[in-house]
Amino acid sequence: MAGMTGILQTKRNQMIALAVLGVLLFILPFAAGALGQAWVRILNITLLYVMLALGLNVVVGVAGLLDLGYVAFYAVGAYTWSLLASAHFDLHYPFWILLPLGAFLAALAGLLLGTPVLKLRGDYLAIVTLGFGEIVRILMNNFDKVGLPWSDETYNITNGPRGITGIDGLNFFGFKISKGLELFGLQITPLQLYYFVFLAFTILSIIGVSRLQHSRIGRAWQALREDEIAAKAMGINTRNVKLAAFAFGALTGGLAGGLFASMQGFVSPESFGLLESVMILAMVVLGGMGHIPGVILGAVLLSAMPEVIRYAADENMQQKIFGIVLIAPEVLRNLIFSLAMILIMLFKPAGLWPSPEKK
Amino acid sequence: MADMLFTAEGVTKRFGGVTALDKVSMEIPRASIFGLIGPNGAGKTTFFNTLTGLYQVDEGKFTFDGKPLNVKAPHEVAVVGIARTFQNIRLFGEMSVLENVMVGRHVRTKAGAFGAIFQTPATRREEAEITQRAHELLDYIGLSKRAGDKSRTLAYGEQRRLEIARALATDPKMIALDEPAAGMNATETIALRELIERIANDGTTVMLIEHDMRLVMKVCQHLAVLDYGRKIAGGTPAEVQRDPAVIKAYLGGAHTEVTK
Amino acid sequence: MDVLLQQIVNGLVVGSVYALVALGYTMVYGILQLINFAHGEIVMIGGLTSLFAAKGLLAMGAPPLLALLVAILAAMIACAIVGVLIERIAYRPLRNAPRLAPLITAIGVSILLQQLAILVFGRNYFSFPELISKAPIVFGPITVTLNEIVILLTSFGLMAALLWLVHNTKVGTAMRATAENQKVAGLMGIDINKIIAITFAIGSGLGAIAGVMVASNYGQAHYYMGFMLGLKAFTAAVMGGIGNLWGAMVGGLILGLVENVGLIFVRGDYKDIFAFVVLVLVLIFRPQGLVGERVAERA
Ligand SMILES: Nc1ncnc2c1ncn2[C@@H]1O[C@H](COP(=O)(O)OP(=O)(O)O)[C@@H](O)[C@H]1O
Ligand SMILES: [Mg+2]
Repeated sequence: MAGMTGILQTKRNQMIALAVLGVLLFILPFAAGALGQAWVRILNITLLYVMLALGLNVVVGVAGLLDLGYVAFYAVGAYTWSLLASAHFDLHYPFWILLPLGAFLAALAGLLLGTPVLKLRGDYLAIVTLGFGEIVRILMNNFDKVGLPWSDETYNITNGPRGITGIDGLNFFGFKISKGLELFGLQITPLQLYYFVFLAFTILSIIGVSRLQHSRIGRAWQALREDEIAAKAMGINTRNVKLAAFAFGALTGGLAGGLFASMQGFVSPESFGLLESVMILAMVVLGGMGHIPGVILGAVLLSAMPEVIRYAADENMQQKIFGIVLIAPEVLRNLIFSLAMILIMLFKPAGLWPSPEKK
Repeated sequence: MADMLFTAEGVTKRFGGVTALDKVSMEIPRASIFGLIGPNGAGKTTFFNTLTGLYQVDEGKFTFDGKPLNVKAPHEVAVVGIARTFQNIRLFGEMSVLENVMVGRHVRTKAGAFGAIFQTPATRREEAEITQRAHELLDYIGLSKRAGDKSRTLAYGEQRRLEIARALATDPKMIALDEPAAGMNATETIALRELIERIANDGTTVMLIEHDMRLVMKVCQHLAVLDYGRKIAGGTPAEVQRDPAVIKAYLGGAHTEVTK
Repeated sequence: MDVLLQQIVNGLVVGSVYALVALGYTMVYGILQLINFAHGEIVMIGGLTSLFAAKGLLAMGAPPLLALLVAILAAMIACAIVGVLIERIAYRPLRNAPRLAPLITAIGVSILLQQLAILVFGRNYFSFPELISKAPIVFGPITVTLNEIVILLTSFGLMAALLWLVHNTKVGTAMRATAENQKVAGLMGIDINKIIAITFAIGSGLGAIAGVMVASNYGQAHYYMGFMLGLKAFTAAVMGGIGNLWGAMVGGLILGLVENVGLIFVRGDYKDIFAFVVLVLVLIFRPQGLVGERVAERA
């Protein structure tokens, strides 16, 4: 009997914690908005990073496949949206086609990458995925003048390094998100509306990913990560299981990419470099590989930290404290950031919030 | 002729210059306990690795359950009904004890990603079955109390038993155990012996590689002895113990005593 | 045909530099199974250090050859020290940590070194003085510079020296033993930590020289020069078979050749793709790399 109430109590506590969290997440964009819309944008970007980190966590954290080119899938999603909903080709497909399509194409790219690299182990896999990411970026950079061997005519597909501008926002069935919304006298800006859309997708991703992780296929991924030979002996078809991991990770990335393009209104290859892949990987590892709360923490920390440092270390602040600007803020920001990465790993090699010892 | 679950015929496996298995043949009757013994480096583990598809044989063939055993990939072996443990324990260390056994159910279940994400009734039913069966197996080997712990935190003997439970979870017709008593103390070994006998009584054929001769002679109905990749003797424990070739092999390369 | 010959020569020059850098990656990988992500930044430090040393010496009136030699020495010392420090501070404490932990610190170190280089040297592209003549020398269809000839000969000399060191000296034997099996090497009385430090010092020294070569060949150096170079050199190391010295050299040369010969057929914008396309192709057909041996999995 006592045990029963104990469980009820923790259940109740959980509900209360969840409710508090819900209220906080609801207030957050308005609090940030009071400081300036730039802060709302930072929140939104943070949510996208949470999605990306969750997606990469499926591949690296759960299935143990080191992927250094993950941002390529983000790019596929972003460019799918940008090309089919912008002035570039004057196409304007709706979101309910573009988001699934971007996710699907990204997953396809995941399979495309996964198939040839299946036999590679560990670090070989890392470098090939890295190469794949670079290939995608270079193609985006150069597909502004695609020529056919038999003719001199060239076609501008991606607009090259200049990127694509004038991208449609996330418009719902005739509702223009760029106009904002007034609800019960509450003025909601476009960026705040994006916040709620992104939050919804983030929550869906968390639910989806954690359900997957605790399912038959999720266990197969973990088994693969822990010991491939033993996993095979248990009858797990490691080839299919690996491909599934690549596809699911990519799918999440593609989804986030579409959302990113819709909010930014502008995409260029610069946003999808190796450093971006590395950042997402760092979020997963610093947070705690394979442990969803840890991965979320890692994503929030690493995407918010540079912005906070940027604010704290700006010229005015240095002027006030030292009387002169000692270090360019950008450099100082990267210095602190990289030092933090090193120190966290040195002192918490399993990440800030690794999966608990007892389940 | 008795009903044979498994036969090997002229199995040969070479690694570069080393012939690890040299025309090895054997037959294992259904629901029996069969011992594979021999000095270190004799080729016992290699035999397991070939029959479970980890290595391809150079010559020879296997039959299992009346059909030729043609495995091209290791994961197909579990489907056919052969499960194994490893000499150097290969558990999924960061997964819980229960999850390790649940992985064993993979091959007998079929829920996919769609079912998992949308938590379809069929998936939930299957997941409940998997969990229940895994708990039963933990009971069977006496590890229920540790169900939630990461498997790498188990003691050595417990890890060996967990590997057996994980293998049993695949509903095998034959379970192949590679030195399950290695590193176990006397009490643990006795418990292991009871476990092995229980498995055979419940209808699963056991193939056992073991150095602990006392254990082998007590539990096995039939033995095969390997030495330098060749089968030098076979028969009942009593017959094998009397075989001069066996005595010579063991005294020559001596690691373990035969008799006692 | 003439173009082909010319591109082969260019490819060999670039490839020999890739090979030197690739050796640094492969030596560390061979011993620690770690991708030393910061190695590209070591090359950058070599380039910038030598550049400023050479400029300073020239300003004091030193003859170009002396300035060059001293600059190389300064770069090697600086890089060896940085390399050894990185290992000591950022990698050694994580030798038994989860496999990805040191990779993340390596990435952190790489970013940190770039920022420190900005602080110390600045963000600009600095021009490297012409210490060895870059006047074109024409051999029939091929045009080279003395600078390029020196780069090519020095690289090959250094590679030969490294192979000799690894196969014919006590330190080399200890390095091979450590790479083979650290535990056993330790039991045989080899000071593992010392050998690893020496490995980093040698790899960084080679990287430093590569940095000088790149800076002098392109006539400039900047804080970001190590990034793409490091990436390609690592690709070369993997392509050859990571952990294998011959593999790094073969991989580096092939990569340089493929890139430059490929330029004849495909537009220059795609140059950076070759490296990765070739890598993917090689690994599909030989997952262990060109020179690496195939290791059977044991159970
Ligand atoms: N993957 C492999 N590559 C090369 N040689 C191997 C491999 N696996 C086993 N061997 C060799 O085969 C022989 C038999 O080994 P093994 O089957 O492990 O013996 P046992 O299990 O009877 O002690 C040994 O000489 C061993 O070195
Ligand atoms: Mg063995």
